[in-house]
Amino acid sequence: MQPRKRLLTTVTGAAIGLLWCASALLAETGETSAQTARLISVDGAITEILYALGGEAQLVGVDTTSLYPDATEDIAKVGYKRALSAEGILSLNPDRLLMTDDAGPPEVLEQIARAGVDTHPIPDTPSVAGLHETIAAVAEVLDRTEAGAALSAQLDDELAQLEAATERSSKRPRLLFLLHIGSGNDMAAGRDTAADTVIRLAGGENVLHDAFSGYKPLSAEAALAAAPEVILVTQRNLEQLGGLDAVLERGALQATPAGQARRVLAMDGPLLLAFGPRLAVAAAQLASELGIIDEETDERSGLTAGQP
Amino acid sequence: MNTRVLGLRANRPASHAASHPGTHPVLQRRQLERLSLAALLALMLSVALLSIAIGPVAIPLAEVLRTLGALAGLPVAEVAPQHEAVILSIRLPRTLLGLLVGAGLAVAGAAMQGLFRNPLADPGLIGVSAGAALAAVSVIVLGGQGLAFLTQALGPFSLPIAAFAGGLVTTLLVYRLASRDGRTSVTTLLLAGIAINALAGAGTGLLTYLADDQQLRTLTFWSMGSLGGATWPAVGSAALLIAVPLLALPLLARTLNALLLGEAEAGHLGIAVQRMQPLIVALAALAVGAAVAVSGIIGFVGLVVPHLLRLALGPDHRLLLPGAALLGGSLLLLADLLARTLVTPAELPIGILTALLGGPFFLALLLRWQRRTA
Repeated sequence: MQPRKRLLTTVTGAAIGLLWCASALLAETGETSAQTARLISVDGAITEILYALGGEAQLVGVDTTSLYPDATEDIAKVGYKRALSAEGILSLNPDRLLMTDDAGPPEVLEQIARAGVDTHPIPDTPSVAGLHETIAAVAEVLDRTEAGAALSAQLDDELAQLEAATERSSKRPRLLFLLHIGSGNDMAAGRDTAADTVIRLAGGENVLHDAFSGYKPLSAEAALAAAPEVILVTQRNLEQLGGLDAVLERGALQATPAGQARRVLAMDGPLLLAFGPRLAVAAAQLASELGIIDEETDERSGLTAGQP
Repeated sequence: MNTRVLGLRANRPASHAASHPGTHPVLQRRQLERLSLAALLALMLSVALLSIAIGPVAIPLAEVLRTLGALAGLPVAEVAPQHEAVILSIRLPRTLLGLLVGAGLAVAGAAMQGLFRNPLADPGLIGVSAGAALAAVSVIVLGGQGLAFLTQALGPFSLPIAAFAGGLVTTLLVYRLASRDGRTSVTTLLLAGIAINALAGAGTGLLTYLADDQQLRTLTFWSMGSLGGATWPAVGSAALLIAVPLLALPLLARTLNALLLGEAEAGHLGIAVQRMQPLIVALAALAVGAAVAVSGIIGFVGLVVPHLLRLALGPDHRLLLPGAALLGGSLLLLADLLARTLVTPAELPIGILTALLGGPFFLALLLRWQRRTA
């Protein structure tokens, strides 16, 4: 009698529990369309933020600039963000396309919009304030504004710690960032670029900050005149060229202070240039590589741990 | 041999006619011509149907036919609205644009090869493509700064309008350089075309050098061509501009046939050579300029299609020009079908596929020509 009674209560309890779970689940799926909408992201930073806010289950397609996290490899690729295909995107049956200003071509976006997909522009200025706007905009789309605010606060926190750490150092190394070097058209970063902001946040100085805006081809003499102390390249570019010597052979880089001291730094390109939620991590990594912050003493702050 | 090249059943009577000299060759020839054009028309229609029926969004053939039926005013059952939107606002304009651009490029190519009596001539030779490219790259690179007044005034249409105008202006310049005292030398036209092409190429190169990373990607994609910008307004403007040369050039078939004999000989045949030459150049430039404006630079169609037809049907422009229009449209649509479906949900630039289909053919053509003349 006793065991049978206990069994009965357990079964009833479990049944009620299951019913409650099911009704909660049903209520949730029927409730908000923002949390079930099928999304396509055509920007690397937007994709990273989507993952950071836990919205990845809604992601049905990404562009070829979405390289982080590795899980993006398993999502359908809709091509380069400026050469999208209308029907290709519609075949994924999305509700919303999250894009930056430079997505296109405009005719394709128009066709996608006319087929009933919400083409949703997200601001993307390469500055810290701009990144906060991007996070807020993505959070709003996901209807996860609290998570967005938390991510923004975490970013501010990390950046404040980094700033405090870099201010303790007297070093202000002068950096030259080169994108795609060795292909005959060495592009260097001026101001208003992701690289410029990351260098500044890391406590360094971009030698071309006052020279121009955006990326421009760099001449040998301009490189010499800029007198960088460190040359920054992407990891992949360094591997393609086959090492430090190949980088210094370009133009007059050998004769710059950086070339004399053989100081060439290579960083993960997607991390350095993505300008997403890992901005502080990227800047902290650069700062520690430059010796501005000490990895040992700043370890406790969690800045150099390299977590996503 | 001809049947092998084109794979058309319509050519079989040709070998019959050749092997039975007793039959009426003239009658046979007329019939053959009509059959060939009918076969090309059938090819074009079936490729067009394929292009409307196949795409990344899976739509059952019945729905496709029903949508087309509803468009023709037939009483048919309802179609899923999203499928209808894909067919009516994406595939149909794209198919029509592909037909127009392919036909325009191929007819212009055939006319240029006839005018220059040179199998290597393509519409690019008179500077259309190079001039259009220079203008388009100028808008892409300088649109934010030096040419801001233009991009602000014309909005999203600044690129196609600039490309079209650039193509026509360059052609006019080439033509002016080759004309003296109202007479035009075809040889000078050819050489002036090469020189202006080089100059426009230098300008494009300079702008490419000045371009930033994003602009570089944009102009790379533009120069490989795409029918992705096919909206109804684009189809409408392209149709207005390409229809003129598409209808007018076949009317000049006799003139082009006479010009094959040489300028002096054509003059003796009563052709107003000096008046006809600029007309042919202008019509070809109009077709190519409009095609480049809406779809970027698409190579090989203008060069390869006329050759294919000349091998199969002979050099008579009365057959060659309408045939080129039909086959050019079919070939470009086929290339676009592959471009749209090979890497879904992304898309390949169509220039890659026309070159991939056209390149090997052109090589084979060269080797055959070499063997024949050796």
